[in-house]
Amino acid sequence: MTTNAAQIGWTREDMARRLALDIPNGSYVNLGIGIPELVARFVPEGRTLIYHTENGLLGMGPAPREGLGDPELINAGKQQVTALPGAAYFHHADSFAMIRGGHIDLCVLGAMQVAQNGDLANWSTGEPDAIPAVGGAMDLVAGVKSVFVITQHCTKNGEPKLVDRCTYPLTGRGVVNRVYTELAVIDVTPGGFSLVELSPGVSFEYVQERTGAPLLRQGTLANGTRHEDRC
Amino acid sequence: MIDKRAPGPAAAVADVPDGATIMIGGFGEAGSPIELIHALIDQGARDLTIISNNTGSGEVGLAALLKAERVAKVICSFPRTANSTVFPELYRRGRIRLELVPQGTLAERIRAGGAGIPAFFTPAAAGTLLAEGKESRSFDGKEYLLERWLRADYALIKGRCADTLGNVVYNKTARNFGPIMAMAAKTTIVQVASLVPPGGLDPEVVVTPGIFVDRVVEVAHPQHESELVASGATYP
Repeated sequence: MTTNAAQIGWTREDMARRLALDIPNGSYVNLGIGIPELVARFVPEGRTLIYHTENGLLGMGPAPREGLGDPELINAGKQQVTALPGAAYFHHADSFAMIRGGHIDLCVLGAMQVAQNGDLANWSTGEPDAIPAVGGAMDLVAGVKSVFVITQHCTKNGEPKLVDRCTYPLTGRGVVNRVYTELAVIDVTPGGFSLVELSPGVSFEYVQERTGAPLLRQGTLANGTRHEDRC
Repeated sequence: MIDKRAPGPAAAVADVPDGATIMIGGFGEAGSPIELIHALIDQGARDLTIISNNTGSGEVGLAALLKAERVAKVICSFPRTANSTVFPELYRRGRIRLELVPQGTLAERIRAGGAGIPAFFTPAAAGTLLAEGKESRSFDGKEYLLERWLRADYALIKGRCADTLGNVVYNKTARNFGPIMAMAAKTTIVQVASLVPPGGLDPEVVVTPGIFVDRVVEVAHPQHESELVASGATYP
């Protein structure tokens, strides 16, 4: 593919803003490292979310002002954060009980690949010289009620990240509910990938060409009309 | 009168033998007991198995212990982070073994070890590479993996304040693995910024009850790993 997909459709901030619209008021939310962290900037007026960071804090706030941080108040990406009024600290077994026990409403993760059956690969390329590291991703996808993925639609080489079957090692089987890319919002349904919304100026065919599995044409387009027909 | 104070980090870790399994608290630098780790480097025990979430950064603290080639194996969820160069280098040279464990499974294995639960089932990692060689079982239509407890000879952890009976409170997200590691080790050693007499901590806010703690040592001004790394410090 010669087109640079990153210049078409939503920016990362747009993607995060679009995702934030779908998070109900009062949700307990775990945001992964990278693009997922942007979501916190775009929560609509009037909604309050409580952020969980798996290293042991509910009620996480933004980065501290310069010079006011504590090296022992950090998020899962090991960046300094703040604790909002009403925050709570806890140990790791409690933190993962919140995750595995189904107490966290939503997690937002990045992805290397998402398969049409909801399989997620986001922890390892499987290359023999890679240093394996998994962190909490497998626990998150196994226990959190909803899993949203936010990612570029294709890799830097133009390969689809939404695929028929993951070729990278799995993080979890059948765990992804919805995917937000610069091109579209796509649900994972029992029938496979299903279009929810296209980014402005992007056609269904354009998204389908860059998706490694059939895309069902169902849902609301960016202009608000509903498409019920399946392709 | 029970008094669990040790005179300093060196005395606190003096009896760690070669081949010991040691849990080391901390998530990144938060809660990493750097002074106890440095005392362990000075003490010289080798062929250690280390259970810790990460593998340290730069060449101080946990990374320095690895660099000194005292560690045969790590049980860990995320052995590469920013400024983490020592572990990857040893691993690629085949000088250290790694048991990679999902973070929540690592925490629960430690908690189970402390709670006397030899094994449990968890959904995390079912159907993935990390399930290989593990027994799985279906409950109510969902697959779970059998995971074993983790216990250790020693735990080295960092708190904010303790009393001389070993009751501990922590600092913010530095709590992380401290409370569960304290439960899961035969000998738990806690460094704290301040030590108080019995009655100096409100029993309502104690996080780790003293029954789980064997030695407390005051390190009034603990070093921060990120500051040491930024200054280019190495240990020893």
